[in-house]
Amino acid sequence: MSSEGRMAFMPFITAGDPDLDTTVAVLKELANCGVDLIEIGFPYSDPIADGPVIQESYTRALNNHFQVHELFDVLKSLSSDQTTTLPPLVGMVSYAIIFRYGAEKFLNEASAAGFSGLIVPDLPGDEALEFSQKTQLANLDLVQLVSPLTPEDRTKRIVQSASGFIYCISVAGTTGVRDELPAELTVHLESLRQLTDLPLAVGFGISKPEHVDTLRGKADGFIIGSAIVKQFAAFSDSNQTREEVISSIGNYATEMMSATRG
Amino acid sequence: MTTILSDVPDASGRFGEFGRRFVPETLMHALEELTQEYEKAKQDESFQSELNDLLKHYVGRPNPLYFAERLTKHCGGGKIYFKREDLNHTGAHKINNTIGQALLTVRMGKKRVIAETGAGQHGVASAVACARFGLECIVYMGEEDIRRQKLNVFNMKMMGAEVRAVTSGSKTLRDAVNDAMRDWMSSVESTHYIIGSVIGPHPFPMMVRDFQSVIGKETRAQCLEQTGKLPDQVIACVGGGSNSAGMFYPFIDDESVKLIGVEAGGRGPEPGEHASTLSYGAKGVLHGSFGYVLQDSDGQTQDVHSISAGLDYPGVGPEHSYWKDSGRVNYTAITDNEALEGFQTMAKQEGIIPAIESSHAIAHAMKVAREAHSNETIVVCLSGRGDKDVNEVARLLGQEI
Repeated sequence: MSSEGRMAFMPFITAGDPDLDTTVAVLKELANCGVDLIEIGFPYSDPIADGPVIQESYTRALNNHFQVHELFDVLKSLSSDQTTTLPPLVGMVSYAIIFRYGAEKFLNEASAAGFSGLIVPDLPGDEALEFSQKTQLANLDLVQLVSPLTPEDRTKRIVQSASGFIYCISVAGTTGVRDELPAELTVHLESLRQLTDLPLAVGFGISKPEHVDTLRGKADGFIIGSAIVKQFAAFSDSNQTREEVISSIGNYATEMMSATRG
Repeated sequence: MTTILSDVPDASGRFGEFGRRFVPETLMHALEELTQEYEKAKQDESFQSELNDLLKHYVGRPNPLYFAERLTKHCGGGKIYFKREDLNHTGAHKINNTIGQALLTVRMGKKRVIAETGAGQHGVASAVACARFGLECIVYMGEEDIRRQKLNVFNMKMMGAEVRAVTSGSKTLRDAVNDAMRDWMSSVESTHYIIGSVIGPHPFPMMVRDFQSVIGKETRAQCLEQTGKLPDQVIACVGGGSNSAGMFYPFIDDESVKLIGVEAGGRGPEPGEHASTLSYGAKGVLHGSFGYVLQDSDGQTQDVHSISAGLDYPGVGPEHSYWKDSGRVNYTAITDNEALEGFQTMAKQEGIIPAIESSHAIAHAMKVAREAHSNETIVVCLSGRGDKDVNEVARLLGQEI
């Protein structure tokens, strides 16, 4: 991507919000828009890193009886569907789910379902050592998060065990749309750049093309979650049809894709 | 070589396989700083002497170990004693911890405190401690618990705390913990989170246990003084597990003392009908630590039920998980109806209105006492007084106040 002189756009959606058929339809729409990677959030009953928009989407999916194995089944059949080529998929999943499901079983099934990596937000670097070996055996990247509050010596340790890309949290806090990105972010990205050759992707608080302009030349990609996920509320809150909502998500993704080129 | 069960956690917060830190990276640095600060405070004589002074003159410690003669006669069998945490300032054990953590907050130079509460006792104890030290206090509380515990909500506000209603999920303690953790994520540099039980990421389970261990230390000394021996059985209720951890810990290496934790059996053993994590849960992650959790096969936390807002929690402290697996502590459950019966019997026999949480321990002690020999001593942690529960109890008994 950097050879094309553009940033990677990585949209986030919640699996099973409000049902898995919709998830498939949205994945196809985002793939058609040419997004670079899709993050798929696994609904979890007690998320502590997520803000209200993502939590509500988890609740919608869980109220509709979301099951991990059903997501894996649906993705497996989607990847064998010749008409759709999906970009790389990265799962955002709580360690509570992975542990209970069985780490090896989860990793093998995730890999077979077409995931190329995982982000486990409640498994900080210190606890991730054993798990990161397991992800390697399953041929998955384990993306690590770095926060603006992470001191340099911790950051050094974290980036050493990371693969795929580094998820740079833009602000201390939870996920959610914010008006402006903090000024210190640039300094944070510059210092991270000195510590790793892995791509740097920025997440939390990004929602509009102006945010992307701020990141240009400093980050390799950006993740948008809440600004997309909030549109899913329309499935239950308004009289829009599913096609209208999906098309609106597609329009937004197209707009953000153009922003990647500057 | 015998394992010394009291020698936990290790430096990474492990109680055997339990405990540790399963939190977003944003919180990691603050937890490391807190651990270092707490370790320093523990060794600091001036911190310890200020804490002891406050426990004595502000909290009202040591509180009595009381021989419940009439309840003993009523049950027949073993002698029942109560450790009277209900006589502390604010009427519950929670203040032992909040005073300690508020002192630590001042030491760290932070001015803002957040807390979560179920029954309201921890919220009140946090509001009290913050008022005492002039700290800003925000208490997260589920909407359902606000309905059940109006008196405590009023008290918190009187002492200058802001009570924030939590409307997500089951609107109870677990959701209040989620919201408090979220607040902490964005305020961690200026704010200390006073967790109210022996739950959460390291160092909280260790720190809260240490602050609550004053209960067991006093009980041990008072028992030796009053009966000339250690108790035969020690009983305490377990939600997250702070009063029981504080009561059990000083007895953990005394193999002759039988320790029993009593969980909320609710309406029965079906999922969603109880809050008996150690009786029916499985190993997993919740709220930043690894321990037993009531969850489904996908790791989703299950809804729980208890007559007591303070026990209505789907997890339990990692040290309790460790004690369960090592076999050192036995855990059992008492139903809503049995707890209500314990509540009423205690009021009639002893003239003490216990917290509905403590009534679970009382109900189990009554069963145990009947089976015990008259020279056996059974000590129950009376973790709090029941003023806050009388409206709810009256409603359940179909009576008007």
